[in-house]
Amino acid sequence: MPLADWFSARENRRYTRLDETPQAPASADVAEGVWVKCDNCKHTLYEGELADNMWVCRHCGRHFELTAPQRVELLTDEGSFVEVDAELTSADPLEFVAAKPYAASLDSAKAKSGLNEAVITGRAEIGGRQVVFGAMDFRFIGASMGSVVGEKITRAFELATAERLPIVLVTASGGARMQEGMLSLMQMAKTSAAAQRHADAGLAYIAVLTDPTYGGVTASFAVLADVMVAEPGARIGFAGPLLVEQTIRQKLPRGFQTAESMLKHGMVDEVVPRGALKDHLETLLGYLQSRTVAGGVR
Amino acid sequence: MARRYVMDFERPLFELEGKLAELRKLDVSNNPELAAEIENLAAELERLHESTYRNLDPWDRVQISRHPMRPKTEHYLEALFTEVVEVHGDRAFGDDEAIFTGLATLDGRRVAVLGHNKGTDTKSNVARNFGSPHPEGYRKAMRVMRMADKFGLPIVTFLDTAGAYPGIEDEERGQALAIAESLALLSAVRVPVVVVGIGEGGSGGALAIGFGDRMIMLENAYYSVISPEMCSNILYKDPAQARTAASCLKMVGSDLMELGIVDEVVPEPLGGAHQDPAAVFAAVGSVVGRALDELSGIDPEEMVAARYRRLRAIGAYGP
Repeated sequence: MPLADWFSARENRRYTRLDETPQAPASADVAEGVWVKCDNCKHTLYEGELADNMWVCRHCGRHFELTAPQRVELLTDEGSFVEVDAELTSADPLEFVAAKPYAASLDSAKAKSGLNEAVITGRAEIGGRQVVFGAMDFRFIGASMGSVVGEKITRAFELATAERLPIVLVTASGGARMQEGMLSLMQMAKTSAAAQRHADAGLAYIAVLTDPTYGGVTASFAVLADVMVAEPGARIGFAGPLLVEQTIRQKLPRGFQTAESMLKHGMVDEVVPRGALKDHLETLLGYLQSRTVAGGVR
Repeated sequence: MARRYVMDFERPLFELEGKLAELRKLDVSNNPELAAEIENLAAELERLHESTYRNLDPWDRVQISRHPMRPKTEHYLEALFTEVVEVHGDRAFGDDEAIFTGLATLDGRRVAVLGHNKGTDTKSNVARNFGSPHPEGYRKAMRVMRMADKFGLPIVTFLDTAGAYPGIEDEERGQALAIAESLALLSAVRVPVVVVGIGEGGSGGALAIGFGDRMIMLENAYYSVISPEMCSNILYKDPAQARTAASCLKMVGSDLMELGIVDEVVPEPLGGAHQDPAAVFAAVGSVVGRALDELSGIDPEEMVAARYRRLRAIGAYGP
């Protein structure tokens, strides 16, 4: 990217900060913008206090949804994040018209989030170590993966591979983006192939799975990491719970598809509370340093 | 072939056919008017037959792709391959019959075959979970991918699934992980991969064994990010919009060629592959054979690089 574009891309960012009020998280009932009712324990929380506590309910520990810029604030060293590929935006290749035309969904998602797409990626430092960092933003059409999300994730892996850097991705997604049809589905293969090349180069990939991570994102790059950590209570799965329930015609067990259940079934490495995440990443990155010996066991 | 399954769009045709059959039972020797009427109806039936099968929209093709009499992976194996050696089990949990995996020979070419394996009757469908794989199915497929890579056997895959099975145990055993790992592995195998969509191509469950160096689809097969029915429910908020959704999703071979995902569409007999399976087997055999020959001399590392470039080019975005 030319340097001038890079600067204008930076200026065009309209990030919210962690200590600012994000636009109503989908999972919270915001009353008058000042008080928030926790949808888990039903306690009423003062929004400023909730923000001070990294949007974790102090009564029950419910982790509220964070925006991608908030993830940058939370997990990367202050001021270290430099976004790449910010200018990429979705086309409407199928000219998809449903109850709401895709073009209109894109416009309102952009307006609502201040982002061009459902993921932001860039260079950053975590505990002084250089990494490639990406975070998905559920406000943007449920952080579904279409061409742009797939392309940005793929480029992030390629950047990390070219510069021999570890990559840290924070996932949240409803799955593949239906409005781009097969172009979306193929992003699963594309991102997985890029992740494989990064792995073959002997480089570290850490995934942070947050609420909710589903469908085509879970069934591709999100779970190809060396180490997967999940936030408490995060719902993580392949098929949505409604579909599972309809398919098997039974009530789902308690805690089905939660981070804790994933841990119990051996599908994630650790469940880490939001406040401890950055330290956890720093420690992991210390261990997962690339070695200079070529090849390896497969 | 016995006609015991009628697709929606065929109904007017079958009604007219039934009416004509009834009339033909009558004695028309003293009734020239009736004889003329019967002739007219017969001509109309012929026209309707043509217009019904020549103007199929994507939703009609989805019906054909799910037709119970449509040839399945096992029929292609039987018709096209010799010396078939099935490979069973994922060496960790079980043997998933929803995916066939094995070694086989196509006209003298030794290959590894992977295919979603729908059943042909109730009993086999139950055993094979109607072609919807569990995680161990994908893990078995991965085992055979590694074997193919190790011994330099090209991989031929047949796609025919409504999707990976969305059950409780499937989630707990890592359905998503199995699919993701299969995608990563398939992107890296150092042998040619030829994919043939023969029926349903349901989302990630199809994709896990569903991309490669040549993408071939039958005329009435589909490949989609989501079923038209579910898309209709979610995006149109109306279960009756499946036909519209099927068109919008661009899920049949001709649409997917335009999107740069599919290389070749194999035409089917009028009415679908089940009308003349032998003709379809012959066509698929020759297209797959040709693809394997074209890919056979390529350097293994270049094969992987080309596959990556191909994936890399998929997507539409600006600026």
